[in-house]
Amino acid sequence: MKLLKALILPVLLLVVWEVAMRVSGIESDSLAMPSQIAVAFYEALRDGTILRRTAETLRAALTGLAIGGGSALIVSIVFGLIPAAARLAQFSVEVLRPVPAVALIPVAILTLGFGYAMEVSLVAFATFWPVLIYGQSAIVNIEPQLLDVSRVLRLSTLGRVTKVVLPATLPRYFVAFRLATAVSLIVAVTVEIAANPLGIGYELMTASQSLHPDLMFALVLWIGIVGWVLNGALLLAQRRLFGPAAMVELAR
Amino acid sequence: MNATARILWIAGSVAVTALLILGWQLIADYGGIAPVFLPGPNRAWAALVSGFDGGELTQLTGATVERMIYGWVLASIAGIVIGALIGTSRLAREYVAPMLEIVRPVPVSAFMPVVMAFLGLTSTMVLVVIAIGSIWPVLLATVHGVSSVEPRLVEVGQSLRLNRFKTMWKITLPNAQADILAGMRIGLTVALILAVIGEMLTSENGLGWYVLQAARAYHSADLFAGVIVLGVIGLVSNLALQEIERYVLRWKRR
Repeated sequence: MKLLKALILPVLLLVVWEVAMRVSGIESDSLAMPSQIAVAFYEALRDGTILRRTAETLRAALTGLAIGGGSALIVSIVFGLIPAAARLAQFSVEVLRPVPAVALIPVAILTLGFGYAMEVSLVAFATFWPVLIYGQSAIVNIEPQLLDVSRVLRLSTLGRVTKVVLPATLPRYFVAFRLATAVSLIVAVTVEIAANPLGIGYELMTASQSLHPDLMFALVLWIGIVGWVLNGALLLAQRRLFGPAAMVELAR
Repeated sequence: MNATARILWIAGSVAVTALLILGWQLIADYGGIAPVFLPGPNRAWAALVSGFDGGELTQLTGATVERMIYGWVLASIAGIVIGALIGTSRLAREYVAPMLEIVRPVPVSAFMPVVMAFLGLTSTMVLVVIAIGSIWPVLLATVHGVSSVEPRLVEVGQSLRLNRFKTMWKITLPNAQADILAGMRIGLTVALILAVIGEMLTSENGLGWYVLQAARAYHSADLFAGVIVLGVIGLVSNLALQEIERYVLRWKRR
């Protein structure tokens, strides 16, 4: 019932859109009928364009996420274990974090040229900060008694990290990486639209400029689906793996 | 922690930043990287100073900030009004809100080619994209804030016989203030990002266009100067909104 109610408006809009365009007989370079969009979507899916381009985008996004998020994971653990380091780095973090990743696009083009390397490095820059911030708050929030126990057991630093810190913070890191995944996709697509001749964003830009509104709308739809599936899958995994332990969505 | 210790820690962390900048200078001077690709902080600073002295950077910064603020204000007003309407009506929550959730995961930059197909490479296009892009965080936060008002407060409003408008003004919106402001802060970040990309794509006057031009011409010092200004805009706008949040929400801390 809830699903039905949710579907009424979108379906109604699509029908009105289709009928209005058919009745008025508009031939437009910027607007296509939903039926045409569906056809273009099917065509692009069948000839492999969409899947190939999506693979390019995901490859860049996930590589960047692995590099940016991974290094943020390590840095946040270091900051968590050595509070003095966190305090000393604070000013640098506060100054660097608000630099919009897109402002660095020209820097990346200049130093790395077009291609995967520049896109990956921009995604890495953008995903580094959320994982660092969430990770730091995750470590600050570790139950202090757990750390006391590790001290009593005389665990080495490595033992403390692998046996206490990581297990205790895993749910929060998962949340951090889930949000960073969304960021990585957004940045990858944005970089492709703005500059990089690669991936789904570039295909979208080409469709817009070569006056193929049907393909253009199909691709926007597809980008939404990719983001939705990615986030949905991670949310599901989060609920399955951690349950209420990961219900710690911080204020963004 | 007492005040002196805190000041010392802050001084220390500023000193670390200064060391990082010194490291950047050393890499630029002796690291074997061609100055075409990496200017030292001294050259970036010189480009920054001469840019503002000559008025070019001042004018470009003004153009970008103006675009960002206009789009963001438009988006915020529309987002709050539409969000409040959707959030307070059960009908709209059931029928309209799910559609918003469907659109939410689409990266806002993906709207840019679509708007471009309609409006071309114009400054109107950039403004429209900024408004469309930064409306989402405000709209969704408002829907959330407005629909999660303590039911007892609404009952109080009913027993005071407030009409719908007055309930909204006196009870619902003040309760949603924190959510709305948080959404507006994210919206401003989005607005800056979209302003920069829009300027890059349309060659409209502004910092986004400037940094791309500088990169194409291998003027790395100008490029870094532009990036620094954009970073400062991001930093200042974020801090300003944090202060506004603190000021507006001061009644909540009691």
